[in-house]
Amino acid sequence: MPCILAENLVKTYRRSQRQPGVWGALRGLVHRQHQVLRALDHISFRIEPGELVGYIGPNGAGKSTTVKLLSGILVPDSGRCEVLGRVPWQDRIAHVARIGVVFGQRTQLWWDLPVIESFDLLRDIYKVPGPDYARRRDELVGVLELEPLLDVPVRQLSLGQRMRCDLAAALVHGPDLLFLDEPTIGLDALSKLAVRDFVRRLNQERGATVILTTHDMDDIEALCTRVLLIDGGRILLDDTVEGLRRQVSPERRLVLDLVEEEGDFGDPQVRLLRREGRRVELAFDPNQVPAPALISRLTARCAVRDLFVENPPIEETIAQLYRKNQG
Amino acid sequence: MKAYAAILSAQFRTLLQYRGAALAGLFTQVFFGLVIVMVYEGFYRSTTTTPPLSLAQVVTYTWLGQAMLGLIPWNVDPEIRNLIRSGGVAYELLRPLDLYRLWFTRCLARRSAPTLLRALPMLALAYAFLGMQLPPSWTCLLLWLAANMGALFLSAAFTALLSTSLLWTISGEGINYLVICMIILGSGLQIPLPFYPDWLLPVLNLLPFRGLFDVPSRLYLGHIPPSQALPVLAHQFLWTLALIGFGRWVLARGLRRLEVQGG
Amino acid sequence: MNDLRLLARYLDISVRSQLEYRASFLMLSAGYLLITVIEFLSVWVLFDRFGNLQGWSLPEIAFFYGIINIAFALGESAARGFDLFSPVIKSGDFDRLLLRPRSTALQVAGQELTLRRVGRLLQGACVLGWSASALGLQWSPGQWLLLGWTLLGGTCLFYGLMVLQGTVCFWTTESLEFMNAFTNGGVFAAQYPFSIYRDWFRRFFTFGVPLACVSYYPALALQGRPDPLGTPALLHWLAPLVGLLFLALCLQVWHWGVRHYRSSGS
Repeated sequence: MPCILAENLVKTYRRSQRQPGVWGALRGLVHRQHQVLRALDHISFRIEPGELVGYIGPNGAGKSTTVKLLSGILVPDSGRCEVLGRVPWQDRIAHVARIGVVFGQRTQLWWDLPVIESFDLLRDIYKVPGPDYARRRDELVGVLELEPLLDVPVRQLSLGQRMRCDLAAALVHGPDLLFLDEPTIGLDALSKLAVRDFVRRLNQERGATVILTTHDMDDIEALCTRVLLIDGGRILLDDTVEGLRRQVSPERRLVLDLVEEEGDFGDPQVRLLRREGRRVELAFDPNQVPAPALISRLTARCAVRDLFVENPPIEETIAQLYRKNQG
Repeated sequence: MKAYAAILSAQFRTLLQYRGAALAGLFTQVFFGLVIVMVYEGFYRSTTTTPPLSLAQVVTYTWLGQAMLGLIPWNVDPEIRNLIRSGGVAYELLRPLDLYRLWFTRCLARRSAPTLLRALPMLALAYAFLGMQLPPSWTCLLLWLAANMGALFLSAAFTALLSTSLLWTISGEGINYLVICMIILGSGLQIPLPFYPDWLLPVLNLLPFRGLFDVPSRLYLGHIPPSQALPVLAHQFLWTLALIGFGRWVLARGLRRLEVQGG
Repeated sequence: MNDLRLLARYLDISVRSQLEYRASFLMLSAGYLLITVIEFLSVWVLFDRFGNLQGWSLPEIAFFYGIINIAFALGESAARGFDLFSPVIKSGDFDRLLLRPRSTALQVAGQELTLRRVGRLLQGACVLGWSASALGLQWSPGQWLLLGWTLLGGTCLFYGLMVLQGTVCFWTTESLEFMNAFTNGGVFAAQYPFSIYRDWFRRFFTFGVPLACVSYYPALALQGRPDPLGTPALLHWLAPLVGLLFLALCLQVWHWGVRHYRSSGS
């Protein structure tokens, strides 16, 4: 049974428009003009239990609207949806008791209270039985290294510390499905790695289904097996990360560190991207020429001290996809 | 002068944006006014003695009170308070301007815009539907306008003084409440001054608060006849000067205290 | 943990955090007490000048005054969370409340129980006490019960008004002062007996926002005097029930507001 099943979800917003100028303001008193925004235009997808899915798209694409629908906050205009076997917005209380949501930009902890008191309060709100709570709390505190933070009021925590606490807070009631909205935003490198590591273990060791909304492509590459790309209210892509790349362009990169600055790099099957002193960056299509063949050809021609093959940065891939959609 | 105009126009624009809030405010004031008027009607129906004001006069007085609420120095100037709290007042000292005059101008502008915007619709409504009367003569009307100008300056002087007192204590709430109580009692907003017990009147007549509202309103009604206008206007004027003088002194002392403390 | 106990826990946290700032709290309470004292002083001044208000004496007025102020202080303190609801909606924090498996009204109510209004509560109680002794009222157990019943109805009424004020935020955050007319304005009006007001006004505050039902009518029963307008005494005893019904109605409106929020988006 799928964890999440979405079928033709439609959600539009009506925004009243303020008209400019004094005359417009007076007219606005009598006759309000409305703008209709189609946030979701027949969205459909299916997520199995245990998947770790990345949900990406430009700003205003409909990502947060989707998450709000799936978590039961909003009611769609039309369409079907089932999460963990029930319709999210119909039985809100029963539904939200089984999911966890983390917003990267806003904490759910109580600002003036020590962290541990926030956890205790959440235990009461979610009606978690005492022994279960104690076990989970101790586990989370151990894995996320929250021990020194427990008595600190939330307002005194750094961003990285707060995010770790928010992750623990979202899991106090043991949900099987987790929505993470920009969890690594603004974090330093060390904290990002800690968060990613935690999420990966959560998914792999505990089998939690995770939906990750993010702009950070490193998160996607590090964690997700599957990516959903949304733009203009439509799902443009639903594939693995590799599949994503292949969709745009199969190109790969070859970086060479030469022994001496060479002159010419003309080769019909490569494209010169950048050249800085002894470092040469080339692009090639592995369908035209496989990497080993290209490498042996080039190293035969010039003295190469070091080389490596990599994929193009995923931002470029995504940016190309956005452009393709608009064009 | 330019500072005054600038702040004034900014105030107007901000206030015009919040139509909903303005209408809601008007509604609240009409409601309160109606209740007060009905209570007075009840009192007048059953009284055996002759009150110092007629019912019609009291009704007009009440609506004037609702209209001119913006003039009253309810609170310290929020900009000045933020300036002092944040320590930005140090930057103000660096400017080649008379600081008191700058603050006074700010307070003046801050009282002017809301007063005009609230008073005009309220007065129109009250005159058309709610039993407010016109003044008995043109002279009374002119005296009322003149007294309102005086009240505006008096109110600004109060506000400036209260704001400067923040240099001494950051949490201004305690002083705030005390001053509000005195203003409510002494200005006639709660009850027209002539209604107070006779033994209290000399004190109230001496205090500056009546210049804020009671004096202009009774000039409007003709209850203070034009022949007696000069003394009350002088009362307003002298108290304004006194408060300005005191305010300047408090400001100077407060700033020196800041310098000594190191901000 | 069941709903009621959770609410109590919430409010306990709120109270404790307010008491942390003891100095400021004391000053605010004292200041607020002062303002309410001044308010009553004005009533006294008017009675000093006029003698009586359509047959009602000052102690009798003080009785209405005390009851409505106690109810207002209690209702407004308890419902402070709804009073402060506007920033919760504006910041988008309401979504977080929807993500918790509890009633949204409960969560909003639990945000704060404010203690500042204790000044008004004390003053109301003092005025009521003075008035009762000035009128020579006997406090039988039945009277105490009726008083408690009246205050319960009044507290529920004001609580309901605050819930309505919070509910308005689902549609607009601008016109909140509108509700102020009914809360503060209502208290002001109910300090005087409703028999002195015009008919349409009294009817509105009996059947619309039923202030009269939680102050005027039961107070008549407590004072043991008949209504100058001739309503039957039994109604006076039953009237506070309307306050509870009003609260129930307001909570239903709140749920409509939440439904609107969830279908229109934020």
